[in-house]
Amino acid sequence: MPTLPDLLFYALAGFTLLFGFLCVANPFSRNPVTSAMFLVLTIISMAGLFVLLQAFFLAAVQVLVYAGAVMVLFLFVIMLLDIKEEERRRLNKAALGIGGVAVLAIAGLLVRALVQATPLASAAGQRAEGSTKPLGRLLFTEYLLPFEILSVLLLVAMVGVILLSKKEMK
Amino acid sequence: MDFIRYLDPTVQFMLFSAVKIVLVFAVAMTGVAYAVLVERKVSAWIQDRVGPNRAAPFFVHYLPVVGPFLTKLGIFQPMADGLKFILKEDFTPSYVRKIYFWIAPAISCVPALMTLAVIPFGSTLGNANNPMVIADLNVGILYTFGIVSLGVYGIVLAGYASNSKYPFLGGIRSSAQMISYEIAMGMSVVSVFLVVGDLNLSKVVAYQSGGIHEWLIFKQPLAFFIFLVSAFAETNRLPFDLPESETELVGGYHTEYSSMKFALFFLGEYAAMIGASAMMVTLFLGGWTPIWGGAPASSLLVGLSHIVWFLAKLGFFMVLFIWVRWMLPRFRYDQLMNLGWRRFIPLALVNIIITAGLIALTHK
Repeated sequence: MPTLPDLLFYALAGFTLLFGFLCVANPFSRNPVTSAMFLVLTIISMAGLFVLLQAFFLAAVQVLVYAGAVMVLFLFVIMLLDIKEEERRRLNKAALGIGGVAVLAIAGLLVRALVQATPLASAAGQRAEGSTKPLGRLLFTEYLLPFEILSVLLLVAMVGVILLSKKEMK
Repeated sequence: MDFIRYLDPTVQFMLFSAVKIVLVFAVAMTGVAYAVLVERKVSAWIQDRVGPNRAAPFFVHYLPVVGPFLTKLGIFQPMADGLKFILKEDFTPSYVRKIYFWIAPAISCVPALMTLAVIPFGSTLGNANNPMVIADLNVGILYTFGIVSLGVYGIVLAGYASNSKYPFLGGIRSSAQMISYEIAMGMSVVSVFLVVGDLNLSKVVAYQSGGIHEWLIFKQPLAFFIFLVSAFAETNRLPFDLPESETELVGGYHTEYSSMKFALFFLGEYAAMIGASAMMVTLFLGGWTPIWGGAPASSLLVGLSHIVWFLAKLGFFMVLFIWVRWMLPRFRYDQLMNLGWRRFIPLALVNIIITAGLIALTHK
């Protein structure tokens, strides 16, 4: 008999896939705001999956950063644009095909990795679980270089935005 | 009540949690209703008026002295208001986007109530295994910020769904405002957690126990100030109520709403105020700890007194919210953005660096 976490996992995974599908190819509405809201729901379902893995920190940050900040900005931009044109456009068949191929390729890679992988039980100590302390320690010792490179990347993006928006002030 | 002891621990936990959820919800709802009354009374006193002093059910008339006194205080006004909201016509304009128009009020009030789940509102009621907090999460503060950040969708979607000019402007304003102040707010608490060394809100309260001199408001005054002002912006209260701004946007994001849907926005705003006040009490005013001592309660009576302490501090912040609303004029939009991005975020960063430096120097 499946336990409660199992049931929750299947429910949340199902929601993630369903909302993700409705985000990119909603048959009922071509409204970009609706797509954005389904993306928010996808993100929240994924946060639920993180909670099931005891990764509370990741779940909270997922909701805080993606659902609470990034998607609000998306919505802000969508609402300021003229979206009537987008609503009229039909589903692009070629894009759907290419997207399907990409999804299949990634799914193939994942399945291959799963088949080749050894059981995870031995790696239990390595997981950056609920508490933020092990996560912070790992980030500032073992993964310090990638962490710093990522922050430089964000800085570059930030400087770029400032440059672009200040263009008219010669 | 003896049968509780023979229950399975899981069942016991679920039972206690359910009771706590119902109680917190009931207290928060009553708090919202009476916060509205306090708002009306305080505004009346500040403007030299009398405020609500008529509403009363018929039997109050027969009570000597007490009856007229309560009526004058407006104690029965919230019930009349609630009844009015339910009985008014729920009008949906023909040009709105129906689905969003219906879910926006709910989205604006659910997150505000959910933040209360991680607030420790008391120590114990004598039994150490049953702390007075609904969910004692290790990442308590991040949960709160995550949920609070979802509250903006209610306002943005209301603006979008109404499909008319003024609500739309209100929604756009609120999305920019809430995001910018969330950053300042989040950064201001980083220094608090540097001092405490834990994200769990119960640990934050435990750190501050031992008397008024241990409260973090005295150790992190700058963080407290930034958090307080950001809380005003997050809850859309004056001087930062630009999404609503009745003098320029009619009613802002809720212009097209009526009846109970409007009441839900109202409820969401006051529930968000209660949530923000509870956060400030927990983070900076020692949570449920009294101004002297503060060991977890070992008897029912002490436990109840801790809850009263918490509610008293909460009430202080609620009155502050209301008082400020009627004392300060509204900020202009560019001033609001300037204050958030160019004053508070750098200030909060400096505060983090100084705090971290001091800790690094003294912590060996």
